[in-house]
Amino acid sequence: MNLAAAETRTVVVERDMPHPPERIWRALTQPHLIAEWLMKNDFEPAVGHRFNLSGEWGGVLDCEVLAVEPGKTLAYTWNFAHEDEAYDLRSVVTFTLAPTAGGTRLRVEQAGFRPQQRQAYGGARAGWQQFLERLEHVVARAG
Amino acid sequence: MPEGHDTIFRTLADPTRRALFERLCREGEQTVGALTTYAGVSQPAVSKHLGVLRQAGLVRDRHEGRQTHYSARPGALAPLVDWTRRMAGFWEDRFDALEDLLNRMDQ
Repeated sequence: MNLAAAETRTVVVERDMPHPPERIWRALTQPHLIAEWLMKNDFEPAVGHRFNLSGEWGGVLDCEVLAVEPGKTLAYTWNFAHEDEAYDLRSVVTFTLAPTAGGTRLRVEQAGFRPQQRQAYGGARAGWQQFLERLEHVVARAG
Repeated sequence: MPEGHDTIFRTLADPTRRALFERLCREGEQTVGALTTYAGVSQPAVSKHLGVLRQAGLVRDRHEGRQTHYSARPGALAPLVDWTRRMAGFWEDRFDALEDLLNRMDQ
């Protein structure tokens, strides 16, 4: 694995929700609903659609829809352009919905990486995610 | 990302070093000889990798007679999970708001 691969960072949050996937899908894809739980936006559920998420703090995220599989998967870029590299963020957010006995397991994965290593991102992702998940366990046990 | 993160990522980007570190986390303290048996590379190579891990603060060494024993310092990984923790906190908050919305959509 090369250095570029080492720069990726991934966060995963999962939650079981007592609601059917269809309802959660609406909340993830209808702009007025997205605005209620995430940010103001001009989202459209179409691959290639570019939109902005506007945060209450005044920041604006540049986004592009990467994947739409109704009721199952939604992915878009989540970029925050900033001159200072420390604040500049290029990332991809992926929502995955899986039906459960009591509703839906909603998973969000945000994978971030440095702009100059963007092209290396695809191949690097799987390995590091697994590795970081194991690291988290190691840290938790050691803590 | 602070410089310390870069060092840790760079150090663990090498699969052999990562395997050595994982083995030390899993099995506890080991001699260079024991680690070499599993590493699939020569003892000098293992020693070199362990030196890099030590410089990054990921392992510590202990000399006993002619043997050097290495053990993991998993606490050194704590800075790595900061970004993850921060973003996880953001999404946990958003999911709280989403659940509020979903409950209202019920009605």
